[in-house]
Amino acid sequence: MDDEMTCKELVELVTEYLEGTLAEDLRAKMEDHLSRCDGCTHYLEQMQQTIRLTGRVREESLTSQQRDDLLRLFRDWQKN
Amino acid sequence: MQAKDAKLYEMALVNLLRQRDETAFTQLIEQYHASLVRLASIYVQDITTAEEIAQETWLAVLQGLDQFEGRSSLKTWIFTILTNKSKTRSQREKRIVSYADLEGATEIQPTMDSKRFRDPLAEDWPNHWAPSSAPVSWMGIPEDIFLSQETLDLVRQTIDELSDSQRLVITLHDQDEISTQEICNILGISETNQRVLLHRARAKVRQALENYFQVEH
Repeated sequence: MDDEMTCKELVELVTEYLEGTLAEDLRAKMEDHLSRCDGCTHYLEQMQQTIRLTGRVREESLTSQQRDDLLRLFRDWQKN
Repeated sequence: MQAKDAKLYEMALVNLLRQRDETAFTQLIEQYHASLVRLASIYVQDITTAEEIAQETWLAVLQGLDQFEGRSSLKTWIFTILTNKSKTRSQREKRIVSYADLEGATEIQPTMDSKRFRDPLAEDWPNHWAPSSAPVSWMGIPEDIFLSQETLDLVRQTIDELSDSQRLVITLHDQDEISTQEICNILGISETNQRVLLHRARAKVRQALENYFQVEH
């Protein structure tokens, strides 16, 4: 019983879990915990959704000034 | 994209660039220029200088194309050139760089408010979610709200407010989709540091979203 992972511990291991770098014994404990804990299952899902949303927030596209500068640089190089 | 497809795609781009194909160049700058400027600005903290460094990087990329052997990915190669240039520049300007906390990121601090857990000494379920503190599912949130501009603005704003090193790692990893190994090479930090920074950054964005969805829905 004392050996079981707590929710407090689990939330700090989620990134390692998702990255696939969590040690095997911890991963087993974590999955055991997840199978019985809705709160932590939701936490894990929320982290996955957070990653998905972050991926949607890309930098704005180039300004026309940036594009002009870079294309000028390219064309100078092209001539050489 | 699968790793192998990504590699083929990159080599195709490199070949086009060697033939001085402008479309290939345009594609690359659309994809990476903003990220390069952002990365440089963490070292030099002045957007004009960061822009200059990114431009110098593109020139170095073009001039170095023949030396590129594809041992690292094109993306990593470009970002590494930029980081080296940024470091040289920040040293030359004797600036106290803000990426110092990249190395000091291993201290263990909880990312979740401890009030959300039961007392560590509680008889029942110590350190488990306290009543009505457990995270709830977001699955019921309609997609048009979940992916709304307002939600995305919140994510963007939260990322903007992160520490430099956390912002750097989350944007490289979760936006530019650069692998952990590549990020460590580019920034010269350990995998542990990288993961701690990534975890902190994600935890803060998640918390902001949780607060937002709780109030709104």
